Amino acid sequence: MTIREMQEVLDARFLYGEEMADLDVEFVFSADMMSDVLAYGSRCSVLITGLCNPQVVRTAEMLDIVCIIFVRGKMPDENMLALAVGKGIAILATEHYMFTACGILYEHGLRGGA
Amino acid sequence: MSQALTFRYEIDGDDFTRAGEASSSMKNKLKQLGLDSDVIRKVAIAMYEGEINMVIHADGGKITVTVSDTEITMVLSDTGPGIPDVEKAMQEGYSTARAEVRSLGFGAGMGLPNMKKYTDEMQIDTTVGRGTTITMKVYI
Ligand SMILES: Nc1ncnc2c1ncn2[C@@H]1O[C@H](COP(=O)(O)OP(=O)(O)OP(=O)(O)O)[C@@H](O)[C@H]1O
Ligand SMILES: [Mg+2]
Repeated sequence: MTIREMQEVLDARFLYGEEMADLDVEFVFSADMMSDVLAYGSRCSVLITGLCNPQVVRTAEMLDIVCIIFVRGKMPDENMLALAVGKGIAILATEHYMFTACGILYEHGLRGGA
Repeated sequence: MSQALTFRYEIDGDDFTRAGEASSSMKNKLKQLGLDSDVIRKVAIAMYEGEINMVIHADGGKITVTVSDTEITMVLSDTGPGIPDVEKAMQEGYSTARAEVRSLGFGAGMGLPNMKKYTDEMQIDTTVGRGTTITMKVYI
């Protein structure tokens, strides 16, 4: 599934990195604890989270995650988006809650990587 | 590269939003040096966990990273409270982090075990009331 396809099925908005839309992704990790993402998410290329602070983008950067999806309408501010610049990270935001967002992506064939 | 390269960072203990700047900068430098992406990821994860620990547990500190032909050595030293029981601190799930830290997405007690997992060597020297120095090596 591509980042663009995830955006469509989640009714999500591109907040950053639309030029990466055609990139293929396979494994997803979802958590609000960045501790858990760092410990268990290293095989994943997508992070779904309801946490909204700069360390979400930093964590994604360290793990080479290519797409962050913020759920339940969380909106990263300018400073957070600026951290993604030049890091090869696309950022999406959806109104769906975490469970629903995960379920939709699972239905479309994406799997957890941990 | 035949001569080892050294990079030094000062970590500000007051500003959680800036935590990770040093690890981000180091990751960039390793990419510029053309190192293997698995090696870079290991260094980035271990250094970031250590950097976050310095900010949330020790009020900041210093990080020195040395890159040679065969290994990357990270030395993280702080003058924080020290770790009274290192064996306990190394266990997954052990954390003294305040609730406020947890609400920021950290404090699950995973950092030190994760640093061990992602590095080839790790040593902790710590004295209560004096501070902590953690040395980690990743082989290239
Ligand atoms: N630099 C340090 N100075 C003082 N105490 C530390 C330091 N690093 C770790 N500790 C102690 O060791 C405990 C375990 O650290 P660890 O990184 O494994 O977990 P954490 O930081 O509490 O949570 P997480 O890493 O999952 O966000 C900490 O809760 C703290 O008590
Ligand atoms: Mg930690």
